[in-house]
Amino acid sequence: MSLRNVGIVYRKELIDSLRDRRTVISMIVVPLLVMPLLTIGMGILSVTLVGMAMKEIPQVMILGGRDSPNVIAQLKQVKDLRIVPARPDFADEISNKQIRAAVEIPPGFEAKVAAGESSTVNIYMYAGELKSGFGAERLQRFFRELRDRTVREHLEARHLPESLTRPFDIEEKNVAPPEKVGGAILGGLVPYFVILLCLTGAMYPAMDLTAGEKERGTMETILCSPVSRTHLVFGKFLMVLTASIATAVLAITAMAFSFGAGKRMLLGLTNGATDAALQVTITGKAIVSIFFVVMPLAVFFSAALLALSLFAKSFKEAQSYISPLMIVVVLPAVAAVLPGVELNPALALVPVLNTSLVSKEIITGTYHWDLIALIFLSSSVYAGVALAIAVKLFQREDVLFRT
Amino acid sequence: MIKALHLVKRFRDRKRGTVCAVNGVSFSCMPGEIYGLLGANGAGKTTTLRMLATILAPTEGTAIVAGFDVSKDPQLVRSHVGFLSTATALYGRLSAQEMVEYFGRLHGLDEPTLKRRIDEIFTRLEMTGFRDRRCDKLSTGMKQKVSIARTLVHDPSVMIFDEPTVGLDVMTARTIVGFIRECRDNGKTVVFSTHVMSEVEKLCDHIGIIHDGKLLTEGTLPELRARFGIHDLEELFVKVVEP
Repeated sequence: MSLRNVGIVYRKELIDSLRDRRTVISMIVVPLLVMPLLTIGMGILSVTLVGMAMKEIPQVMILGGRDSPNVIAQLKQVKDLRIVPARPDFADEISNKQIRAAVEIPPGFEAKVAAGESSTVNIYMYAGELKSGFGAERLQRFFRELRDRTVREHLEARHLPESLTRPFDIEEKNVAPPEKVGGAILGGLVPYFVILLCLTGAMYPAMDLTAGEKERGTMETILCSPVSRTHLVFGKFLMVLTASIATAVLAITAMAFSFGAGKRMLLGLTNGATDAALQVTITGKAIVSIFFVVMPLAVFFSAALLALSLFAKSFKEAQSYISPLMIVVVLPAVAAVLPGVELNPALALVPVLNTSLVSKEIITGTYHWDLIALIFLSSSVYAGVALAIAVKLFQREDVLFRT
Repeated sequence: MIKALHLVKRFRDRKRGTVCAVNGVSFSCMPGEIYGLLGANGAGKTTTLRMLATILAPTEGTAIVAGFDVSKDPQLVRSHVGFLSTATALYGRLSAQEMVEYFGRLHGLDEPTLKRRIDEIFTRLEMTGFRDRRCDKLSTGMKQKVSIARTLVHDPSVMIFDEPTVGLDVMTARTIVGFIRECRDNGKTVVFSTHVMSEVEKLCDHIGIIHDGKLLTEGTLPELRARFGIHDLEELFVKVVEP
């Protein structure tokens, strides 16, 4: 193979692509913006939103309880609750977010409590709605405290020790280091974005260098030069790979930097509260390792995209072929985030999913070298097959001159 | 020189089945001559010329171009051929000079030779004023000049033109016609296809009339006129192609 010709084609394609706004956006701008936005932007946004929700004094409704004036009086004195008059359509009001929660005090509640009889207090809330959850939680806290106080008073009246109702405690002890707990949360998410960006980075150049050339009429121009079609496809492939790797490298770098910056900012916002996810530190070793496992996947994407878009007559047609591929890639990448999906020798052979799973493990500091080698090898085989198909397609006149 | 030897090209079409675009075309063209392939749209002109330029491989038969067999040594053929058609567009994001340099390098020219060739061609075609301008910003005439420079950069001995003046204005078409004539005067072997009768009369030493993939007749213009007893080329063409 004449490396000179491959180099000439590659150099030209690089210059050409760097002058294409769409390629520059997908290769440089997207990874540099997406990662900081994801880690810093989303982090700050969620902390701020939760903070705002917590600051709000929830409006709650008391249903019934006319024969329990003391409880109602105590409830009205709770500072972080605003009591509104009872109405029969309380459920609609919770759904419409006019009130956050409602509590139903059963008839004869105080009398039953005093007599030591059991009764049930119902708290109504809108599950999954953050502010409704906070309102319900405050009502629960009030009644929990009331219950504990009542139990204590009953025990004291009978001269019994408080430990009678709590003969022993149960405590869970975590043996996983905090960074691993956080890594399990974040670890699935980060490779998903790196893999996706790796694909999107390769997408535009692949379509531009094949279907785009057909559409613009330059395919015939290049085919009448003495460069062999194999050299041509290798030169083009190297350009697509460059875009894919550049996107992945920029994404990983931006991720590491923005994660560090985001962590400091979030720790400031949460007054130093150490959430497990914030304990994660992405090390240099992890970055290099992720790059190493993503590399054959980038080769696979580049060759597959090149082959697929060569079939198309136009850029638009190529987009319609490639869009479904996004779903094919996203599904296994997302599957790695699902609970219980763990890396094993069988899954190490599933393209995309294997890379996603191993990257997740690398971020948590776990290195199964035998599986990493298997993943690298299997991904390399897939990449080689995709590249061979691309080369083969470039030899076919019915594909090159499809009208 | 060019020697087409019973060239056949069949395509498989999903709707029409197997289509024979070129059916046993043979002709020859010597250095310093212009051979014109005259035919209607879909006659097989482009497919024949694409086979001569090794863009397509013949299904049967072969051709000897600049001393090399198109089936056996396609790369060597391409190194000695300049191919120009309205379908051979330019890379819009490259400058005129980058475009020509790219093809010069692919033809294996070393950097000093490439620089000398580009300076010569750009001066001769009066392209120095827009050498650094991107191709997509050039006028149609300028683009045609860049295409000509691209075909000439490696100084090929054979030139193949596929309907080179289609869609061009009069002035640009005149530039192309002048360039084809210049190629012949410089001793190059020139084959070109057209359906414009006036271009054939002006340029061609030999004419081949192609229809439905078959070369129906060929000869010099006086020979054809004598053979069919018709002076007007358009009338002559219609007589040949109509059953």
